Amino acid sequence: MAVIPEIKETTLSLNAIDKTYDMGVEQVHALRGVSLDICRNEYIAIMGASGSGKSTLMNIIGCLDSPSAGAYYLEGENVAAMSENQLSEIRNRQIGFVFQTFNLIARASIFHNVELPMIYGGIPRGERRRYAEEAITRVGLNDRIKHKPNELSGGQRQRVAIARALVFNPSIILADEPTGNLDSRTGGEIMGILDELHAAGQTIILVTHEEEIAQHASRVIRLKDGEVESDLRVDDTDACIAPSESLHLVGGATS
Amino acid sequence: MKLLDALLMSFQAILGNKLRSVLTLVGIVAGVASIIAVMTAISVMQVTMEQEMSVLGAQVFQLQKWPAGGFSTPEERRAAMTWPPFTLEHANAIREQVETVDLVGAEIWDFGYAVEYAGESTNENISICGGTPEYPPNNTHYVGLGRNLSPMDIKSARKVAIIGFAIGQRLFPFVDPIGKTIRMDGYKYQVIGVFDEKKSAFGGNFDNYVLIPVTTYLKSYGMIDPRGFSRSVNITVRAKRPELIRDAQAETRQVVRRMRGVKPNEPDNFDVYSSESMIQEFNAMTQGVKAAAFVIGIIALVVAGIGIMNIMLVSVTERTKEIGIRKSLGAKPRNILSQFLLEAVILCNIGGVIGIAVGFGLGNVMTLFTEFENNVPLEWAAIGILFCSAVGIGFGMLPAIRASRLHPIDALRFE
Ligand SMILES: Nc1ncnc2c1ncn2[C@@H]1O[C@H](COP(=O)(O)OP(=O)(O)O)[C@@H](O)[C@H]1O
Ligand SMILES: [Mg+2]
Repeated sequence: MAVIPEIKETTLSLNAIDKTYDMGVEQVHALRGVSLDICRNEYIAIMGASGSGKSTLMNIIGCLDSPSAGAYYLEGENVAAMSENQLSEIRNRQIGFVFQTFNLIARASIFHNVELPMIYGGIPRGERRRYAEEAITRVGLNDRIKHKPNELSGGQRQRVAIARALVFNPSIILADEPTGNLDSRTGGEIMGILDELHAAGQTIILVTHEEEIAQHASRVIRLKDGEVESDLRVDDTDACIAPSESLHLVGGATS
Repeated sequence: MKLLDALLMSFQAILGNKLRSVLTLVGIVAGVASIIAVMTAISVMQVTMEQEMSVLGAQVFQLQKWPAGGFSTPEERRAAMTWPPFTLEHANAIREQVETVDLVGAEIWDFGYAVEYAGESTNENISICGGTPEYPPNNTHYVGLGRNLSPMDIKSARKVAIIGFAIGQRLFPFVDPIGKTIRMDGYKYQVIGVFDEKKSAFGGNFDNYVLIPVTTYLKSYGMIDPRGFSRSVNITVRAKRPELIRDAQAETRQVVRRMRGVKPNEPDNFDVYSSESMIQEFNAMTQGVKAAAFVIGIIALVVAGIGIMNIMLVSVTERTKEIGIRKSLGAKPRNILSQFLLEAVILCNIGGVIGIAVGFGLGNVMTLFTEFENNVPLEWAAIGILFCSAVGIGFGMLPAIRASRLHPIDALRFE
């Protein structure tokens, strides 16, 4: 059998994305003509000043929000054509969100928080327990499984959020300023976990305004006033080979 | 998402916000408790009423001149005044001619006498019943001490008496009453028996009457009453078996109509009633009260439902962020909908169960002070639960729909 060169298929592709908020008197252009291709196992940092559109971009990639114009393909599928239920399934299976403010459910235990995506995914109880325990162990919190979020430190809460994001083995983990509410040492620990996940094959997109954090990534995209100002590869190992139609079909089997 | 998971989530939310849950419950508890209390109270009265009205056994019916249910128009009363009285001849004829009956008794009542013995006297509230040996079985009130009336007592119009339990207690606290001579309305009677105790919730005087032979009564008091009317006896008839009671009534009516010269196209000039017919009349009476209680209860529940809707709407607003988080994790609109709907339904049903318990308790309060038997109408518990679920679904729907339609990002950004 011939040796086939390793092909990194595109995980998602944004084409001339606009996002405009209509504020009545004026229109806020949060994103203008953003085009991006992101491949499997890339580790991307999105940077830019406050208000430059980073979160808006993340929300669109995460199917929490829809663009005003432009096309978005996720695993080869046109997101604009999807129903609310299909979008829910995408958020459930393909996307793992990590937010700056953790966004845990306060009155539920760590275990229940991590288990929640699988409940919505219809996974049976026994498997849920196994996967949730695995994910919680992976972020080093197996001794806190029955605790409530308010019994944990900020760093620990963010670990729970990461466990919850990775528990369903998503296509992409989206982390919007995951270290923004943490001191630099704790932030470093969180980045360590993300690095491990990336090393294990996870695609990660992370928003930050700290150069130090961005250095963990292998590609840095800078936004300014809703436009891509620069898109630099720090090292080329994760670079994409732009997929042709036929190659894409081969890759499509993973979706 | 499985129902069990949704249920667990809803319980978590309810327990996670106890004050809100308790406030929500108060309205439902009040609504359900009020309706269940009224229904229970009626049911308590009804069960007791049915028992007391079953003084005539299930196989027994009674013929009398004056309608048991009273008159609905003055014309009816005037017509009844012209009806001939019942006499012992009628009783004898029924006994001889109707195949389907076995016991035919005759009785005649008068009220307001005192009974005396050895210088002691009861109040002037004792009833006299002139009756026959069929009296105890036909009225299901049996002689506990001594003996029943005998055919000889009737035939010879003996001055003998069976006294009610309370009279026995009052006049013979320490001595055996059997064989003693009592005095009533100037006549002397020898006590031959004492009736069993038979309490009555409706203040009936089943322990305060004296049974003497009907012939003795008529001999002492004559065939004409003080107002100038012929005395009329009531005839109690027992069918041989319970399933024969309708045939027995029909045959008896034919015999009596013939004796009283009623033409085929004329209505009866007498009244036939059984326990069943009395219970039917009582039920017809309570229908109105029940309907009113039902309407009031429904109004209370609707008010409670509006309260629930308000609190659920507030809760949806309070938990907007949580809804956003759930949506970001892949909750579908219908998952959110069912979570909030289940929460409303569970809350309503917790309130319902408490309300039902409180209602049963309140409805039975009067049984603590009276002779009414306590009663728990389970069918009302079921109806209560059904209504609570309906209220939960009905008034939980709008907040749940609102929650399910929230935009994920708007919900997440909510602080
Ligand atoms: N829901 C919204 N409604 C109106 N304007 C919004 C909304 N979300 C974001 N914006 C605006 O869009 C721009 C980009 O916001 P955002 O993506 O949050 O920036 P960043 O995350 O880079 O700080 C900002 O000017 C912000 O005010
Ligand atoms: Mg932001």
